[in-house]
Amino acid sequence: MSRLVVASIGPASSVQDGGRYGAQRYGLTVSGAMDRLALSAANTLVGNQPFAAVVEIGPFGATFTAKDGAVRVAIAGAPRNADIAGRPVAMDTSVTLKDGETLTLGFARGGAFTYLAIEGAIKGELVFGSLAVNARAGLGSPYPRPLQAGDEFTVNAASGAPELRIELPKPLAGPIRVVLGPQDDEFDDANKALFLDSEWKISATSDRMGYRLEGPAIKHLHGHNIVSDGTVNGSIQVPGNGAPIALMMDRGTSGGYPKIATVITADVGRLAQTSAGMAFRFKAVTMAEAQDEARKFQQLIRTLPDRLRSSDTVELNIEALSDANVAGYAVSAMDAGTWQVTAEP
Amino acid sequence: MAATLPPPRLLPSGDSAVTVEFSRTIDDAANERVLALDKALAAAPIEGISETIPTYRSLLVHYDPGTIGFDALGEKLLAIASQPLPPATKARRWRIPVAYGGEHGIDLEDVAKALNTTPDDIVARHAGGDYRVAMIGFTPGWSYLSGLDKSLHMSRRQSPRLFTPAGTISIGGIQAGIQCLAAPSGWHLLGRTPVRTYQLHRNPTFLTEPGDRVTFFAIDHKTFEEQDRAAEAGEIIAERVDA
Repeated sequence: MSRLVVASIGPASSVQDGGRYGAQRYGLTVSGAMDRLALSAANTLVGNQPFAAVVEIGPFGATFTAKDGAVRVAIAGAPRNADIAGRPVAMDTSVTLKDGETLTLGFARGGAFTYLAIEGAIKGELVFGSLAVNARAGLGSPYPRPLQAGDEFTVNAASGAPELRIELPKPLAGPIRVVLGPQDDEFDDANKALFLDSEWKISATSDRMGYRLEGPAIKHLHGHNIVSDGTVNGSIQVPGNGAPIALMMDRGTSGGYPKIATVITADVGRLAQTSAGMAFRFKAVTMAEAQDEARKFQQLIRTLPDRLRSSDTVELNIEALSDANVAGYAVSAMDAGTWQVTAEP
Repeated sequence: MAATLPPPRLLPSGDSAVTVEFSRTIDDAANERVLALDKALAAAPIEGISETIPTYRSLLVHYDPGTIGFDALGEKLLAIASQPLPPATKARRWRIPVAYGGEHGIDLEDVAKALNTTPDDIVARHAGGDYRVAMIGFTPGWSYLSGLDKSLHMSRRQSPRLFTPAGTISIGGIQAGIQCLAAPSGWHLLGRTPVRTYQLHRNPTFLTEPGDRVTFFAIDHKTFEEQDRAAEAGEIIAERVDA
């Protein structure tokens, strides 16, 4: 066995997986990765099951050091500069850390959450089938709390498998798609239109429990108190002050504010990766369209292994390299062993 | 009993869940229909349903749209929900000890003052009630009870507390509650129970189920300390009396 030591890490970083389903009827929050596609992509790169436990890294930087042997990892999700002793590591690729080597991840350059999957997955004690951290309920393993410097994972020694990259579909631009309801009848047409036609920004006070939306105040028809009923990932509730909150993975299982709309499954991860302060819009789609997108999303996750490519064939990503240079990393393409570059950009 | 019951409303909750709504208000008859549908789905599962969450007035049904679509599922749910309710089965009843007042129930005196009576009278009315677990939600084990005596109905606190202790027994609006973990709350705190409605490594992990009956009885603070230690070690403490 090897160890992967968290040498440094920012807030809002924790072990997450596919989530803790099955006990919402007892008030148990689901938790799990905010961006399921990125979770699955990172896991697929190192041969894990798509929803295996990984490190979910918040917007700030982090460093991980391999000890007692080599450790094979992969990164996907919010893009950031990454390197091992100055050798850049591209997003959506696997890489092996030799014993003693450190992987350094910078700040997220867009979005919030980056996923570090470890070959063989993070091991721990399953609670209701999940290792996902739910800090409020003190659940999660091996650490039932956000990660701190000095935490470590006992992991498989690197297999020596060839390094891979994964070709993901181009991220969708455009509005976050919703299905209206379950309580859209608590709002008149003008306020529904205001919700759908306005620009929104995610407040900096958002967290894994909910994303607070900044924009016009949405008014209720009959006041903001309804009898509590169940919530789902992506429920958009409107409390008394009229500022909607999109409920995310650490949501309470029930809530007493009217829910005007629900983000479609395929777009929950896109919303999770929308940077605070960036303007975006919602768009209502039909149930048929939403369910079609949900099925396509499931199919995409199921077929991720078909999208693996040898990382030898990686083409120079001028944009990423230039970003890295702009960020002060002064990456030399000629020195960058992992980039297989033969000409200067 | 009518041959069939009026159909509930099917409210889309995104592409992978549907809210089956029987009422917009807190209503025991609607809650019984929620629990009956929940039971029927547990007894004869519909392929594609992954999880159901009963609440006061609706059943949230999570499903996989890769297995069953909204329309097909909705039809099946409506068919089951319009069936006459099965005869009531024996409910489980839990007798829950409560240390009322003092440090364990910091709002007892204020509630008594607000209702122009004595703390003892509030305790008598609260402990004299016959409650039903209408739903569990918010945090693990938080049991929402219907059946609070009308004379104890009062609006929630103006400013919710950010911290209320584990085991808090409280009232808010027309509801009573058993809270398991420490949590924020805007309800009035009458006492604390040593009973854990949720305890991770205990069998059963969750004590209460929607539909269970609940009554409370007063214990002194010394008994609370003893029972609290026993509960921490995994004892159930609550007395089960099958109604």
